[in-house]
Amino acid sequence: MIGRITAMLLRYLYLYRRSAARVMGVVFWPVMDLLVWGFVTSYLEKAAVPPPVLFLLGAVIFWDVFYSSAQAITLSITEDIWGRNILNVFVSPIRVSELMVATSALGCLRALTSAALLSVLAALFYGFRIASLGLALAPFLASLLLFGWAVGMMTTALILRYGQAAEALIWGVPFLIQPLSAAFYPVAVLPAWLRPVALAIPATHVFEGMREVLAGGAFPAGRLAAAFALNAVYIAAAAAFFGWMLGRVREKGYLARLGLE
Amino acid sequence: MAIEVTGLTRRFGDVAAVNGLSFSVARGEIFGLLGPNGAGKTTTIQLLLGLTTPTAGDIRVLGLPLATHRREILQRCNFSSAYVSLPSNLTVRENLEVFARLYAVPDRARRIAEVLELFEIADTVKRLTGALSSGQATRLNLCKAFLNDPEVLFLDEPTASLDPDIAEKVRLTLSRIQRERSVTMLYTSHNMREVEILCDRVLFLSRGRAVRQGTPAEVLADSRAESLEQLFIAIARDGEVRDVRGEEASE
Repeated sequence: MIGRITAMLLRYLYLYRRSAARVMGVVFWPVMDLLVWGFVTSYLEKAAVPPPVLFLLGAVIFWDVFYSSAQAITLSITEDIWGRNILNVFVSPIRVSELMVATSALGCLRALTSAALLSVLAALFYGFRIASLGLALAPFLASLLLFGWAVGMMTTALILRYGQAAEALIWGVPFLIQPLSAAFYPVAVLPAWLRPVALAIPATHVFEGMREVLAGGAFPAGRLAAAFALNAVYIAAAAAFFGWMLGRVREKGYLARLGLE
Repeated sequence: MAIEVTGLTRRFGDVAAVNGLSFSVARGEIFGLLGPNGAGKTTTIQLLLGLTTPTAGDIRVLGLPLATHRREILQRCNFSSAYVSLPSNLTVRENLEVFARLYAVPDRARRIAEVLELFEIADTVKRLTGALSSGQATRLNLCKAFLNDPEVLFLDEPTASLDPDIAEKVRLTLSRIQRERSVTMLYTSHNMREVEILCDRVLFLSRGRAVRQGTPAEVLADSRAESLEQLFIAIARDGEVRDVRGEEASE
């Protein structure tokens, strides 16, 4: 089992080693995002907006963790569809669960690499220290990774079923979640009818918790408990959806057509 | 038996891509699955690999039911198709390394060197797969297919993109491997001369149904055709086998 997971992880890492586009995804775009929000933060501080506005930088770093985690899963599978390699993978003895673990591990590596880089730059350029989140930092990151895996699994299931027609979801789904997860503003800013929807998203509790800690609040145990409980539901639902969809895809004969469209 | 198929049917809506197909392939045999485009060859291979679930019927590979032992069967089989590629942005060695790990191949470096030598592309080991000629890429696909020393090999038009010289070399290599290691091969091709040379037995499909089955000589005798090519054309045009020479005489 470990051998097959390592094989697929290696396959994706080989790609990152020589693909400028993939490295840009880990380094360039997140850094550009950080710079934009860093300057916005500097401007707001100079304009005497009441502190703390530094949470915007934390939000950028945290958002990237979720986004990278989800995208690594969907992009990895899609890469094999584009390259007409997906059938080679599906006729090998790998279990679908092993493939998901490999892509999730890649997501974890990608997200943490990116987060480490952004954290260093945020400290150097804007004086924002992610370590100021203290003990809550690790569970915050873990929660975002888990939510990214759930979203990645669901999106991949749709790509397996609908093929190229669903590929826009790789980039679309995270940005559908962004306004609802209150990454850059408190949930209270949302219209009242939208708040229950926002609170049903695990990432919302992470972003809210982060703002509370940065504002000097205590360890956000309640927020983290809510985030992990919701993640458990989302991961279970995503795995069930993925399994059901894969069965349908086999039944309908769509799997064999992947990459040949 | 290496492969046993009984009453295999696969419907897509009202269309039966494969309709009540039954055949068996003995261990060590090269079995040609033939027929015009849309006859059901590729769907049959997909069903045998578990990529598509059958509407009805039973598949056993290496004595095991595919429905319940798919992974165990896939560990002992492999597949190569002219329409499937290895990742172009990985080197030849990286691609084979990944698949050697997927199939839990022992002593990977030695085995990779062996299969590259076997198909005469050892000099490409450090090159990107996307930079290979189509002939080299096809042979790399075959290297991948032989990595785990499979007992059953599914080959979907493996020589489709090769020039006659390389195609001949590949045929000879496949023939030699089959003799030396008794690998069972299920082979699809539109090149009837190749099929006559390579295959021990053939099955002609038309509209998802088996219309002729046997050794190339038996099939030719049954249909009174002079060559498999002539029979292929008759099946492609009429969808069924008649007395090919009688039909020509009446024209």
